[in-house]
Amino acid sequence: MKYIGTVVAAALAASLTVASARADVTIGVSISLTGPTSALGIPTKNGIELWPKTIAGEKLNVIILGDATDPTVAVKNTRRFITEDKVDVIVGSVATPVAAAMSDVAAEGQTVQLMLSPGNLPEGKGFWSFRMPQSTAVMAIPIVDQWKRLGIKTYGFLGYADAYGEAWLTDLAPLAEKAGIKLVATERFARSDTSVTGQVVKLVSANPDTILVVASGSGAAMPHKGLVERGYARNKIYQTHGAASRDLIRVGGADVEGSYVVSGPAVVAGMLPDSNASKTLDVKYITEYEKAYGKGLANQFGAHAFDVVIVLEKAIPMALKKAKPGTKEFRAALKDALETMGRTPDSQGALNFTAADHFGYTPETGVMLTIAGGEWQVVPSK
Amino acid sequence: MFRAGLRTTFGLIVMDLSIASILMLDGATNGAIYALLGLATVLVFAITRVIFLPQGEFVAYGALTLALLQLGKVPGTVYLLLALALLAAVLEVMAAAKRGVPAQVALLRAGRLLAWPVAVWAVAHWAAPLKLPLFLQCLLTLAIVTPLGPLVYRLAYEKLADATVLVLLIVSVGVHFALTGLGLLFFGAEGFRNPSFWDARFSAGALMLSGQAVIIFMVSIALMLGLYLFFERTLRGKALRATAVNRLGARLMGISTSGAGRLSFGLAAFMGALSGLLIGPTTTLFYDSGFLIGLKGFVAAIFGGLASYPAAALGALFVGLLESFSSFYASAFKEVIVFTLILPVLLWRSFQHGHHDEEE
Repeated sequence: MKYIGTVVAAALAASLTVASARADVTIGVSISLTGPTSALGIPTKNGIELWPKTIAGEKLNVIILGDATDPTVAVKNTRRFITEDKVDVIVGSVATPVAAAMSDVAAEGQTVQLMLSPGNLPEGKGFWSFRMPQSTAVMAIPIVDQWKRLGIKTYGFLGYADAYGEAWLTDLAPLAEKAGIKLVATERFARSDTSVTGQVVKLVSANPDTILVVASGSGAAMPHKGLVERGYARNKIYQTHGAASRDLIRVGGADVEGSYVVSGPAVVAGMLPDSNASKTLDVKYITEYEKAYGKGLANQFGAHAFDVVIVLEKAIPMALKKAKPGTKEFRAALKDALETMGRTPDSQGALNFTAADHFGYTPETGVMLTIAGGEWQVVPSK
Repeated sequence: MFRAGLRTTFGLIVMDLSIASILMLDGATNGAIYALLGLATVLVFAITRVIFLPQGEFVAYGALTLALLQLGKVPGTVYLLLALALLAAVLEVMAAAKRGVPAQVALLRAGRLLAWPVAVWAVAHWAAPLKLPLFLQCLLTLAIVTPLGPLVYRLAYEKLADATVLVLLIVSVGVHFALTGLGLLFFGAEGFRNPSFWDARFSAGALMLSGQAVIIFMVSIALMLGLYLFFERTLRGKALRATAVNRLGARLMGISTSGAGRLSFGLAAFMGALSGLLIGPTTTLFYDSGFLIGLKGFVAAIFGGLASYPAAALGALFVGLLESFSSFYASAFKEVIVFTLILPVLLWRSFQHGHHDEEE
């Protein structure tokens, strides 16, 4: 009885040492399961649950933590991943401001971060962060192309007053300027706003040829409906890839018919031309997701989780040649592998990370969609 | 046409009367909802000294419960009601056992607590797949969400009824997080929009009044009138006012303070759920939208110094108008402007009334 304390302590220590001697790849995931961006985080988690058990012969050890769309919690999660769990890859977050906060800690801990949102990071930062979604700059290309084709001269902007809205504003501006399209009115609103009447009135009275709405998930329906209520034509309203989900159609109803949404190819897999490099992967993703979760529920965000596996399946074997998982050398090797693995088609297009470009998607990635009869339809690009 | 020019820091912006009237209408519509929530906040604070932050959660629960009923599903709020009622019944029986109350009486009390929730659960299960007409679904929603108020009071606040305002505020924060988390569980992360109650549109020039806005105004005014009559003319209302004025004195006169607390929470939940039903058609509501709406109602209540109803209603109208006009002029700073407003109002109020310690 005297030694029971020591025995218990020894057993505990033994079990802990067993747990830390890993030959498997540990992935730390921090996503928004609650809070305003939970609509993006929950489908991502669904996608993660469909991940395989092993990649390249190494067992996958996945730790999922919720960050409540709060940068402070995400930073805490990231630190814990790096110091306690000794992860090899960090995945997250789905909200741009949160992912940006995580990138600093990931760089400090010299661990690769696969961001699930298209965040722009300041100059000189983000050497360890790679984006899975297309950058706003790449997605702006189909929008500006369509505007040029339709002879549009002026545009208005109605977007979130946060990093996502800011990214679109800054990335769209040079492209639009080059095409000779002027920005005549900019209005911002918060994710949690319940009405945008003032902003809509001001935008509509400036009477631009088109209005770009920058919002995500079902929250994109409210400003859209506000514009239509004020009498703005539906086919002059454009939405971004953050809104490319069924919820926009569900909440928007008749008000989103005929409007345009730019999106990655995953949402409309079946309608893509066979020449599209991502078509087979998209169909595979949609079949898997819908088998697990129900028909019609596949979306952009689960597709990003699907892409993480594609990317890691290519990068981990390359890194394994140089080091073992759980070591600093392995993490550095993973970073090198991502930057040198070359053209990798995934569900969102063709990725090509380089040391200078951690966004990676090629300019033809975006697909312009319109909504007809409550369903997506691809707009031909010629 | 009459034109008014306003010079702002960004230059001269000529504001057409038509734009001003659109913004005023939008501000007044939102202000009516904030007024209901502000009144509920003042009501609860006056009677129980609880700063009821979760007021907004009842708004979200009301709107989203209706949304789920519209889809033909049984809303999770029914199960919450049942679970809370069960918990309250168990606690009641335990407390009765400790006091030595005969078992029959204790079980009777527990049964009375469970009667309504069980009935509502049965009706919800029967009615949900039938997709009844909108009006009946609204009544069912009110029947589900309103009893949550007194149950929350009973479980979270009743035992702390004599604690300081600060302790009760901290409990409110806890209740808010609990209800928000449960909201995510019941309703999911995506937003819902309810169908409009009245699809008519009335136009006067550029101004467009929707039928829903008319209903919001009419219901708000009717409710305010109803509350006024309740407090002035009925015995229960006067008992509530007495509790608000002096808790100890009211108890000495035979007015149950816990009964008064439960009634005030019931009224607050009813007003919250009704507000949710009213704004559901005008905007997309998420499980966490209620908090910000309730907070603006709280700002309105601060206008009334958490004591005066007419001042709170006026404050709500002012908050609505301010929000509307600032979203036009400086949309990125709208929230900043609305919430910074609390500071000068608090300063003005405290200079007006001086500082006196709480007497309890």
